[in-house]
Amino acid sequence: MKVSELAGKLGYEIVTEKYNDNEIADGYTSDLLSDVMGNAPEGAILITIQAHKNTLAVASQLDFTAVLICNNRSVEADAVETALKLGIPILKTKDNQFIASYKVYCEIKG
Amino acid sequence: MPHRFPISTEKSPNIIMEVILRLKIKDAMVTKVITAGRDASMRDIQKLMKKNAISGVPIIDHDRLIGMVSVNDIIHALDKGHIEEPVHDHMTKSLVVLEDDMPLSFAVSYFDKYSYRRFPVIDKNRKFVGMLSSRDVLSVMLQQLNLEIKELEDKIVSERVELPNQIMRDFFIKKFDFENAGKASFELKKVLKEKNVHAAVIRRASVASYELELNIAIHSDGGRIVFLLDDEKIEIIANDTGPGIDDVEKVTEEGYSTANEWIRSLGFGAGMGIPNTKRVSDEFEITSEIGKGTSVKSVIYLEKKNESQ
Repeated sequence: MKVSELAGKLGYEIVTEKYNDNEIADGYTSDLLSDVMGNAPEGAILITIQAHKNTLAVASQLDFTAVLICNNRSVEADAVETALKLGIPILKTKDNQFIASYKVYCEIKG
Repeated sequence: MPHRFPISTEKSPNIIMEVILRLKIKDAMVTKVITAGRDASMRDIQKLMKKNAISGVPIIDHDRLIGMVSVNDIIHALDKGHIEEPVHDHMTKSLVVLEDDMPLSFAVSYFDKYSYRRFPVIDKNRKFVGMLSSRDVLSVMLQQLNLEIKELEDKIVSERVELPNQIMRDFFIKKFDFENAGKASFELKKVLKEKNVHAAVIRRASVASYELELNIAIHSDGGRIVFLLDDEKIEIIANDTGPGIDDVEKVTEEGYSTANEWIRSLGFGAGMGIPNTKRVSDEFEITSEIGKGTSVKSVIYLEKKNESQ
């Protein structure tokens, strides 16, 4: 499923105006970026509340298809800027990580 | 004539800041100073000035600085007919002084704040020990900067040179520079993609380089990361200049961390950096010495293409 399709279905806001609309192959939920570096699968959407620039650096290093920010956390401006540069979409929701993970899982694996 | 001193104590490069904080006033001041006693006459001082081509004479009484006579004071005394009188009545008594143990940064800000060209220096027992002029400050600064630049040049000369069939990339990483953390790894990834290295290998190299890059930014006083790529393997070499690790065995255990709360709040510093790096490497080495720095080498072979898929 493509990022835009997932966002549309779940009613999640896409914070970045321009992005690469790639196929989401998998997902990973964690707020610990060191853990993400160690364990996240390929082509994943990262579900997290870490809404800063370094999250995008990690996402870029590991080729994530998208970053989903939970709990309506505001996304830092330089994080959006970096995301735009890298073409990685940032999505945002008021759902917490548990609920968002369930919803995303149902869409891409269900 | 107001003029800004050509060194800023606020926005100079790190190396200048470091030097003006490390050096003390006593490292720059002149200790052989021509002085006079309280009983000298203004005429005596004028002769001293003429003979030695100086424009200020400190007046000393039992090792204590009690005043200064400047050219202006002499002119004034000549004008008013006091030239044969004792200095005590005609010297400048309210003085701005520096202490010999203060860092040089104090002197820099004093030269900025006051229009004087030189300051008398006293020690902690208030004994007069020397004079400091802006010229003294600048010349000691230049000497120090020469040494620092020489050190930097020596480092560059001893660097490895690219061999044929080898690509080398080299990045400096500054302490706590999270703005730029990831730039070196980003560049490595680009190079690997251009070389059509297998995606799984790129991913492992990305994890290793990003973790090592972050480690330098989080834990060290600064360092550099070097990538060497040939037809067979990627070498990632991370060196920093301190503070060093006392037990390298410990950092290879998952969960051991010395990171502060702020680093942790960003989602790092969970004690997984070195274990993550080690796991994705085919060869891994870490050496460290307290006070000297840490050196980590990760080697990833290009040929194990399908193994990690």
